[in-house]
Amino acid sequence: MVLPARADLERRGLLVVPGFVDLHAHLREPGFEDSETIATGARAALRGGFTTVCAMPNTEPPIDSAGLVAELMAKGAAADAARVLPIACITRGRRGADLADLVELARAGAVAFSDDGSPVSDSRLFRSALEYAQVAGRVVIEHPQDVSLSGNGVMHEGAASAGLGLPGMPAAAEETAVARDLALARLTGARLHLTHLSTRTAIELVRQAKADGLAVTADVTPHHLALTDEWVSGSRRFAWEGSEEDARQGAAIPYDPNTKVNPPLRTRADVEACWAGLRDGTIDAIATDHAPHASIRKEVEYQDAAFGISGLETALPLMLAGVSAGRAPLETVLRALSEAPRRILGLADTGDWIAIDRDAEWTVDALELGSKGKNTPLLGRRLTGRVVIAVVNGKVRYDAGASAAFA
Amino acid sequence: MTVATWARRHVLSTEDWSRDEIELVLENTSAMTEVLSRPVRRAPPLRGRTVVLFFAEASTRTRVSFELAAKALSADVVNISAAGSSVEKGETLLDTVRTLDALGGDVIVMRHSASGAPYFVAARTTAAVINAGDGWHAHPTQGLLDAYTLRAALGDLAGRRIVVVGDVLHSRVARSDIHTLVPLGASITLSGPPTLMPSAWRCGALPPGVTYEPDLDRALDGAAAVIALRLQRERAESGLLPSLREYARTWGLNEARVARMRPDAPVMHPGPMNEGIEIEASVAHGARSLIAAQVTNGVAVRMALLYLLAGHPS
Repeated sequence: MVLPARADLERRGLLVVPGFVDLHAHLREPGFEDSETIATGARAALRGGFTTVCAMPNTEPPIDSAGLVAELMAKGAAADAARVLPIACITRGRRGADLADLVELARAGAVAFSDDGSPVSDSRLFRSALEYAQVAGRVVIEHPQDVSLSGNGVMHEGAASAGLGLPGMPAAAEETAVARDLALARLTGARLHLTHLSTRTAIELVRQAKADGLAVTADVTPHHLALTDEWVSGSRRFAWEGSEEDARQGAAIPYDPNTKVNPPLRTRADVEACWAGLRDGTIDAIATDHAPHASIRKEVEYQDAAFGISGLETALPLMLAGVSAGRAPLETVLRALSEAPRRILGLADTGDWIAIDRDAEWTVDALELGSKGKNTPLLGRRLTGRVVIAVVNGKVRYDAGASAAFA
Repeated sequence: MTVATWARRHVLSTEDWSRDEIELVLENTSAMTEVLSRPVRRAPPLRGRTVVLFFAEASTRTRVSFELAAKALSADVVNISAAGSSVEKGETLLDTVRTLDALGGDVIVMRHSASGAPYFVAARTTAAVINAGDGWHAHPTQGLLDAYTLRAALGDLAGRRIVVVGDVLHSRVARSDIHTLVPLGASITLSGPPTLMPSAWRCGALPPGVTYEPDLDRALDGAAAVIALRLQRERAESGLLPSLREYARTWGLNEARVARMRPDAPVMHPGPMNEGIEIEASVAHGARSLIAAQVTNGVAVRMALLYLLAGHPS
């Protein structure tokens, strides 16, 4: 297919920008191919505007050897969609007991290290990881959570969980972990990336750490910028919609397992703090934490459902809605989706680009999503803003069919 | 007096009910009490209807109460309990709902250990669903029978302050009492250990009409009634309580404590009781106790709801 001229697309009212880089996604392969494969995940990424997607290593087996890294990269290349970059485990088997061969993993192509989903709770081991990762030249991505404090919680602990009778995860479970991680970053002088921050105090801790000159970066997810714990109770009001009456969509049935995610959806004050962090640079990047699940793990009782929201394809319209509501300038959001994650991972600019129709309205439909994971509380919702063309490595790899109209 | 007409398909929680809807159920409960006082305790409004009792969590009292209620209204009753059924063999709730729906019951009465499970079922069946207790969330028939029992003892609940003491955090009874008694004009004082109180409520974000007073003596001073909650013994083992002994001494109902309330202020408990822990035997079976009346009224309340949801139009 002929590469359309960017200037032509812009003349037709499309927004042409650098391709997005998702530094936190779960592509589920190997091991959980009923939820997602590298091919379906890489295609879903492109539809969402992500020309590069980093795959978290909590697969079965976990990505903790050079062979597994190479295999994943080969599958990513074969998918011929978004670039797929592997993140490797910090600890062998993600067991949190001893370090994986970090230098060898980096040489094989791992772009970062993370035990995402199972934070390294042994502080001495995490210190070693931070120190040792420096020789591998890769950043450690930490999922901050004190699992002894979050316990068996399934949502944010607050007024909503009290009313629903669901066990809560207090904000403090994230904040104590962030405080520890920052103390270890200070001790080691190492680079540290904190992923999916979601509470006001966690963001404040990072703000102070950055002011002190620590080499720390952070990201936040689109769902933590748009949704609140009231969604578990059935509200479908975006955080920037003032009252229930202002909401464009009425309430849904409570206990929708698609609202179950870790870290959990928080309060409005937390959401506002996430936006404030994004505006002042405390939060560097937006990452999806795309966590697709087969329906068998979601169409169950709330307490038994898997954590996670399928997010690659709804990130852009959610963020555009936040921009329209005045939460942040468009440039800030676009930078947080492309330039910032590239900088965090130390990736070269590949020149990949996308064209966005900011006015296109579409309905989130399980049958239309490219991801195998249909688990999003936005199902059935009208959203505005869509990717029409994605160009990777100089080739059109995604075309929503609209490009003909612009030719 | 009541202008409400019944328009609900399910009874999942009274949290979003209007006062009129609660009044309508209480009025019908009164009529059902009359049916239960007849020599032959049977009326025909559910003849030909099937009521499925789906108890995925062990319960004898509530299940028997629903069974008596359904039979007094001439319904056919089918029991599906967790023990020995496919639920125990790893069948998912989704499978169970599909089966129940295909079997074609008119009403599904369900008890489940997961908060919210009745919403899951209600969204996937053509039957009416009555929540007979879901996790820590709601037990609407208990809230309604407590309201009926208190009304019978105290009259109008407007301005009455009722103490609910115990493990509020894990209690669906406490939540449903709040969501039934407050709309009727009562106020609720919660008491009990801070570790067994939802943190948001302990820190001031309480539901309307509700306050928290950890000191039970102070909570009881001048109260119109007290409802003691069952304490699960495992709370002491999970680090939430130092010991059952300390709990009994600090939050157990005894004669001296009960005497702090208004004269004749009643004592209630949803059962089954741990006598000697949350309530002393002399209080449980004393002159102020309405615990037996709660059990009797429970049948009438459940008859009223079955009638409203599935009764033939007369």
